[in-house]
Amino acid sequence: MTTQAMDLAPKEEHAALEEADLQQRFDARIDAGDFIEAKDWMPEHYRKTLVRQISQHAHSEIVGMLPEGHWITRAPTLKRKAILLAKVQDEGGHGLYLYAAAETLGTSRDQMTAALLSGQAKYSSIFNYPTLSWADVGTIGWLVDGAAIMNQVPLTRCSYAPYARAMVRVCREESFHQRQGFESLLTMMQQGTAAQREMVQDAVNRWWWPSLMMFGPPDAESPHSAQSMRWGIKRISNDALRQKFIDACVEQAAVLGVSLPDPALKWNAERGAHDFGAIDWSEFQRVVAGDGPCNRERLAARNTAWEDGAWVRDAAMAHARKRENLAPKMPATSPPRGGASDLGRPGVERQEAA
Amino acid sequence: MNPSNEWPLWEVFVRAKAGLDHKHCGSLHAPDAQAAVQLARDVYTRRQEGTSVWVVRSNQIVASDPGDKAMLFDPMEDKVYRHPTFYVLPLAVDHL
Repeated sequence: MTTQAMDLAPKEEHAALEEADLQQRFDARIDAGDFIEAKDWMPEHYRKTLVRQISQHAHSEIVGMLPEGHWITRAPTLKRKAILLAKVQDEGGHGLYLYAAAETLGTSRDQMTAALLSGQAKYSSIFNYPTLSWADVGTIGWLVDGAAIMNQVPLTRCSYAPYARAMVRVCREESFHQRQGFESLLTMMQQGTAAQREMVQDAVNRWWWPSLMMFGPPDAESPHSAQSMRWGIKRISNDALRQKFIDACVEQAAVLGVSLPDPALKWNAERGAHDFGAIDWSEFQRVVAGDGPCNRERLAARNTAWEDGAWVRDAAMAHARKRENLAPKMPATSPPRGGASDLGRPGVERQEAA
Repeated sequence: MNPSNEWPLWEVFVRAKAGLDHKHCGSLHAPDAQAAVQLARDVYTRRQEGTSVWVVRSNQIVASDPGDKAMLFDPMEDKVYRHPTFYVLPLAVDHL
């Protein structure tokens, strides 16, 4: 078709042609393994999928602060308390990196927060389980953060660059989370009393199956998986990641001296992987649908935090506006100070800090 | 939620150590510049990642349009003479 013919085409048709062209270019970039940046053209479905996935991921980090936060005041030693505080603070930071990545897609932070608080948005169902003993904190580090790392490492190569960059940062920090958990459990298993070892085993028994569910439904029943793979949002399938996690955990459990609560767990030399028992997906569906042990408690805690913090957010904004209005206005004739060329010069920062 | 009360967005730049450039590392919401610096320190330098922080309101950043990428940057493609490797010199002086 000639340019002239395109100009003569009705407006909608023109737009449709352009869209098809843009789509084609987008697909080619995905196929070439290119990264997509925030301001690049992208199909609406790609954008929606990312907003859903990244915001759910962010909500999971924020809600994930609650089960462990529960133990900060009860940590057995000052060392463990400092570690736990640092870890929970990290989760808050991870939530922030992820919200920021989702915001680049045109959804505001308040919109995402509202979706979480109303129960409309989902978060990882693992955080709807309670932390009943101190050993749960170590077990979350070992199994829950371990599963999260398995899931997250491939996301550092996600086609959407702001998400990939956020995940690089998250993964760098997450490794400390898993190691501190394992070390905490190992200390109890090797230097603890019989009661403490029993406590560790009980925690592992309770967290094992929910951890396996963190990888999502089996590939055959995961409707979004194929499209996400096609778009380079997802790189490795749910089942492949789950198998990798199980194989790694068997070895780690042996070092720890705990058993994993699955009688069917057995090395299969032919597959070069462990066989394992059936996962109770009805439990997963029930917890996702809102009927887990702590769904209501978690959501209530987030709502209370949001409402209790409202006056602080409003007061900070009011203060900032007042200060802005009081600040002496620069005379229009004054030369611009500190342009881009000045940014690297020593003194500029000190001047601004004064 | 009242959208006008959402804290504005800031971009954060961190200098990893003396002698290096400030590098963009992410963004955050803060009510004013002072709080933005404080929050940037809390969020982006928890493991000694920085010795200095810049923050700037996101809406103050002017960026090139991705649609202009070809127009802006492709013309440099055929200017190989701007690179030192373009010039073949005798071995004796090739360290130039």
